[in-house]
Amino acid sequence: MMRRPKIARSIHSGIRNLVLHRLRSLLTMLGMIFGVGSVVAMVSVGEGAGRQALEQIQMLGSNNIIVNSLQPIEEEAAGRSRSHMSLYGLTYADHRRITDTFAAIKRVVPVKLLRKEARFGEQTLEARVVGTTAEWFELVPRPLLGGRVLNERDQQRGASVVVLSETLARRLLALENPLGQMVKIGGSYFEVIGIIRSEAVQLGVMQTPDRQLDAYIPLNVVRERYGDIMVRRSAGSRVRERVELHQLIIQVDVIEQVESTASGLKEMLRRFHQAADYRIQVPLTLLRQAEATRRTFNVVLGAIAGISLLVGGIGIMNIMLANVTERTREIGIRRAIGAKRSQIMGQFLVETMVLSTTGGLLGILVGLAIPWLITRLTGLQTVVTPQSLVVSLGISMAVGLVFGLYPAHRAARLDPIEALRRE
Amino acid sequence: MVEIIRLEKIWKTYQRGRRQVNALGGVSLPIAAGSFWAVMGPSGSGKSTLLNLLGCLDRATSGCYLLNGVDVLRFSDEELSDLRLRHFGFIFQSFNLIPQLTVRENIDLPLYYSGGDAATTSARVASLAEAVGLAQQLEQRPAELSGGQQQRAAIARALANQPEILLADEPTGNLDSATSRQIMELLQRLNQRGKTIVLVTHDPQIAAYAHRRLFIRDGQIERIEGET
Repeated sequence: MMRRPKIARSIHSGIRNLVLHRLRSLLTMLGMIFGVGSVVAMVSVGEGAGRQALEQIQMLGSNNIIVNSLQPIEEEAAGRSRSHMSLYGLTYADHRRITDTFAAIKRVVPVKLLRKEARFGEQTLEARVVGTTAEWFELVPRPLLGGRVLNERDQQRGASVVVLSETLARRLLALENPLGQMVKIGGSYFEVIGIIRSEAVQLGVMQTPDRQLDAYIPLNVVRERYGDIMVRRSAGSRVRERVELHQLIIQVDVIEQVESTASGLKEMLRRFHQAADYRIQVPLTLLRQAEATRRTFNVVLGAIAGISLLVGGIGIMNIMLANVTERTREIGIRRAIGAKRSQIMGQFLVETMVLSTTGGLLGILVGLAIPWLITRLTGLQTVVTPQSLVVSLGISMAVGLVFGLYPAHRAARLDPIEALRRE
Repeated sequence: MVEIIRLEKIWKTYQRGRRQVNALGGVSLPIAAGSFWAVMGPSGSGKSTLLNLLGCLDRATSGCYLLNGVDVLRFSDEELSDLRLRHFGFIFQSFNLIPQLTVRENIDLPLYYSGGDAATTSARVASLAEAVGLAQQLEQRPAELSGGQQQRAAIARALANQPEILLADEPTGNLDSATSRQIMELLQRLNQRGKTIVLVTHDPQIAAYAHRRLFIRDGQIERIEGET
């Protein structure tokens, strides 16, 4: 037996009403459309930003602790006098101490950064020299485009070899096959043994030895060739500074020990450094902070969503109350025929939900269009998750249910005789 | 003779501001199954109130209302709705079709509320439309029909659930005399097939179709005419 579901007829009636008063329905639904639209859009922007931050932090390695040398403020001021030499930052002794002290550490990778002129034939460029060990390439994996990366043997024999970043290789060597070429960096010749992809990481506070124009040379070779004193020319004066190591990347065995190691590290560095000439960064902590920020953002978002949907819901309730008044006579007729109060109530509830759900669906379209536009216009990453669409739709229906209750109740409570008398 | 309705000492009192208005003041009336009644009287005499009470749209303040021997005065709103759905068909002066629904949807409204299945409903609507001569107009809206056609659609709707009693409030009030005659002949035929009919009118010519005429004044029965 084919039993006609009553709800289908109410939905049909709701749609017919919506189409009958097109403009009015559209205006009524605007609140829902913009409410749902902005929620979907904001979630996608937040999700995109969050994911981007997570990716960037994860790239630093959640098992890692990064210590950077930092020029203290008083040193920076003193550095302006001509004869002064700034002396700050991490030392080789720090490197040794850290390696020897902490059991939970898997490896410590030292990094020394220098600016040197790189020359090949007529072409010269200012490159950033990254003096490091073979382990750097295991800790900060970059796709190898040709040749090989530094290894233990290069260090042991103090080989004059260099790994170039893709951008540097292309700018310096143009169309030549870079592998095996001799490149002059800061007055010494180095053999190009490999090319790795340059990955531009822009991370505000984070500093990684990964700029576009990088030349990776074994640390001991860098020390031997250039020493630890750097001369910087700035604003007509020469600034001399002595920095042994610019960065230590410390990899911890297991993620559970990252934070305890970080606090131990902090304790140790404080004891051996008088000035605050270093900064410890723990990607894991940043990761947690990013997640906490995202949670806060979600709460704010939820509040905004709540308010906009409240406004949308009130708009819908308002129009449904008008609808009930307009259709008083119809309600009277239905009651005279034998419709129960609950049936009248159900009819108006379903009609309200049709209105709110249609608004929600249109809002989802708006919410899909906005992130698309944002990505196209600003390049910001946006992620529309299916969950946000399902939740939005669910909320739209719920808004219809909640804000339909009162008008439906009013409709159901009408006295049939009074209702029939109404013109 | 079977009594389908029995009213005993029915009072209906309204509160109008501080004043109490007795719309009906102790009406007692037996209505036999298959009878045809016309209720007459000046406006404000209580005709419509009586009809609404008979149709369970309204509840008497006191008295006793037996429908098929059951006292329905204490019935809940829901139970009264169900009585209207199954036992009564209403016909109004202004037809009271729902304008945004088609003729078909208007006619099958009672079947929709009583929960009939699609096939039965569709067959029933077709035969009802046939009976009132609207088979060709089922997909039209009420506004596209003439007054007489609208009233016939309303009668078809009133008959949908095969009620025993038809209640008509000035059913020809908005119609010209030729159309009125058609409608009254239709009601007469329905009465001959066993429907109990109570109609309110102030037109003696219309009242002449009924077997019994009830005159009401100031909420009380003045006299009853016609064969018993």
